[in-house]
Amino acid sequence: MSGLSPGVFLVTSAVKVVAVFSVLMVAVAYTTLAERRVSAWIQDRMGPNRVGPFGLLQPIADGIKNFLKEETLPGTSTKLFFVLGPMLAIVPALVTFAVVPFAAPLPTPWGTVPMIVADVPIGILYIMALSSLGVYGIVLGGWASNNKYSFLGALRASAQMVSYEVALGLSLVTVLMLTGNVTLTQVVFEQQHLGLWFVLPLSLGFILFVISAFAETNRLPFDMPEAESELVTGYHTEYSSMKFSMFFIAEYAHVITQSALMATLFLGGWDIPFWHGDDAFYFQGQWIQGFDAAGTPVLATLAWWKTLLTLGAFVLKTSLFVLVYIWVRWTLPRFRYDQVMQLGWKIMLPTALAYLMLIAGTILVLDEISVPFGLTYGLILTVVSMIGTVVFTFWLDRDRVISGASPSARWPLPQSMPSVDVPQLSETDPSQAAVGAGGN
Amino acid sequence: MSGAYAPLLMLFGLSVVNAIGMMVASHVLNPRRPTPEKEMPYESGMTPIGDTRVRFSVKFYMVAISFIVFDLETIYLVPWAVEMRRLGWGPFLAMVLFVAVLAVGLWYEWKKGGLEWD
Repeated sequence: MSGLSPGVFLVTSAVKVVAVFSVLMVAVAYTTLAERRVSAWIQDRMGPNRVGPFGLLQPIADGIKNFLKEETLPGTSTKLFFVLGPMLAIVPALVTFAVVPFAAPLPTPWGTVPMIVADVPIGILYIMALSSLGVYGIVLGGWASNNKYSFLGALRASAQMVSYEVALGLSLVTVLMLTGNVTLTQVVFEQQHLGLWFVLPLSLGFILFVISAFAETNRLPFDMPEAESELVTGYHTEYSSMKFSMFFIAEYAHVITQSALMATLFLGGWDIPFWHGDDAFYFQGQWIQGFDAAGTPVLATLAWWKTLLTLGAFVLKTSLFVLVYIWVRWTLPRFRYDQVMQLGWKIMLPTALAYLMLIAGTILVLDEISVPFGLTYGLILTVVSMIGTVVFTFWLDRDRVISGASPSARWPLPQSMPSVDVPQLSETDPSQAAVGAGGN
Repeated sequence: MSGAYAPLLMLFGLSVVNAIGMMVASHVLNPRRPTPEKEMPYESGMTPIGDTRVRFSVKFYMVAISFIVFDLETIYLVPWAVEMRRLGWGPFLAMVLFVAVLAVGLWYEWKKGGLEWD
């Protein structure tokens, strides 16, 4: 509890819980607006800009509208699970954020308050557990709708989220090897300690994590469960009004949480780069900034403005990833479903396993030749990871594992095409003309 | 340190209350004029053919089984990964062996066509 008295701890926790929850809900609302505005910008149109200045009140209008719209309940649905689905989707999406530290600790007259909702000693394990729970809401909602599109969407969602869960977990394990702890506060501190954000020493882990996170949140190019053109929005076809909205809130909350996780695990979290003045970590009963050459802890100097600055850094990094989510949506086309599964099992999983062992071996060799845990250590790992990344992106899958649409898409057609008798339309033959016009 | 989990419970409670509140609020506020057409499952405007609750060939049965294997493997890797730098080479080699066994399993499943979706 970071040396706070139980009363102060409870009060500050309550304040943080309410603050984080409200900020998350508002952020979700404005991410929907951002998505529509950025989509419009990418597609060279205006986007919603009528409600309030720059359309800033649009999310509020949407929210009111969703509350007031008629709710349809399919007569053949399983009512209890139909109602339970959206609730099961939204709760895990909102509570995952609890273990993400969002700023440097704040000194107050009653003690130093860590800027994290719950600094629990299970950090990453909690995230892994809850991110698997998100699938239940989708599956239950899709199944209970008793609609074929929803059912197919739910099936796809479960298989896909289950497949990418593995790669997600394995890419997290590489982070654990460098930090030596599962709490996210220590993940942030070790990045400050190393002097290098993990995105460099663990670049391939970062790429695997980002791809898996996209698949976990069902965002394009992995939005098979809600593919509009095939499944009519998939698992939430039958949902309307606020229940539909809750599925959407869940999806965007997931996007924000995953962005925050990418920022925390691989981009230093709330760390401000090239400046050690903001470093702070709760170590053996005191807040330390790091260790000096002899290994004795250096006390951290905390200030409210540092908390504010680091909060700004965290929000900036998270928004950057949210923007990437939107950007990718309008850049990459959707996969085919078998390609999604093959990418997950035949590319991501073996790569993650091999990369894990590569990084583990490199770390042990570096410790063996006693390279101190610092910039050199990080740079050597960076080089190793970069080689892995280059292999992964430029060599591993050149149309070998994930197949294209048909053999003709993979190999050029033979030079001499077999001649096919194409019936020629003749203007004089009335029967042919009738066939040609018979379409309507 | 179990007190550290209290905020988690608070956030969980707040989220559940929020979810129920949204449901109740929209249930109270919105109009309901159900017609037989509205209560039909949506099937692109056609009258639904048959029920969805039929026996369905679950293609990803193998995927689910492999998921359990590999997710457990991930969890099994976590304690070692956390302590790896203190444990040194012995456990590392043991883990290489462990991962190799699973990799062979994956390869076998792959060659047997367990990962195909057709």
